[in-house]
Amino acid sequence: MIPLEHYLYIAAALFALGVFGVLTRRNAVSVLMSIELIFNSANINLVAFSRYVEGAVGGQVFALLVIVVAACEAAVALAIVMSLYRLLKEVNIDRASELRG
Amino acid sequence: MESMAAQAIFYVVAALVLASALYVVLGSNLVHAAFALVAAFFGVAVFYVYLGADFLAGAQVLIYVGGILTLLLFGVMLTNRIYDLKIRTGKVQVLPGALASGLVFALLIWIIGAVDWGAMDTGDPGPSSEPLGRLLVGDYVLAFEIASVLLLIALMGAAMLVRRRSGS
Repeated sequence: MIPLEHYLYIAAALFALGVFGVLTRRNAVSVLMSIELIFNSANINLVAFSRYVEGAVGGQVFALLVIVVAACEAAVALAIVMSLYRLLKEVNIDRASELRG
Repeated sequence: MESMAAQAIFYVVAALVLASALYVVLGSNLVHAAFALVAAFFGVAVFYVYLGADFLAGAQVLIYVGGILTLLLFGVMLTNRIYDLKIRTGKVQVLPGALASGLVFALLIWIIGAVDWGAMDTGDPGPSSEPLGRLLVGDYVLAFEIASVLLLIALMGAAMLVRRRSGS
């Protein structure tokens, strides 16, 4: 049996890598990929706790809902990226400063 | 419950997932990064199998690898000139980013090590689809309905956002 902590360590590493990607990448699609990594690390934690705590199948329901939200996020975010590309002819998120006051 | 071989495979998959994630955030070729993300998602599906969440493992492969990854690849292809051959992307603020994410990582590691999680082996959970389905239409029916409405709204909104407006 693999100890619970090992799942948590892997999820923590995935989360940190995702945060690093969000902070350093400038291509909008790359940032989206890093956010998907963060979603997955949260999901690993939810499923691991639901396995190692008695009668906590609810954790898997939460993980399923996270997957639904991730699908929504990917669809909407890619639609925004496409609009941005039509507007600027590139997807560098530092150039998307149209709303700056 | 699990043999030595199963444990060894787990750690190999864990190393594979972390290596793929590392390429996703560090690699300079966007298409390669998307395919590294496929490997990472498959590895996470393997974790779900190890955790006895068979339905979630299937959903992970179907939705993430089959759906979200395809969307992301479309995003990569449509927002770059394909005849560039190499679709590259740069990085900025590498040092502050590494510092911030390293701090987050250190904090998480410290918390995981310091807390007694009271984990116990709850035995073989068996197939997860039946309890999951009962929970989805029982205790969590409101969240389930809201999620379905959210999906509908998000997909309609996405279609509206990318529609070409005639006349403007």
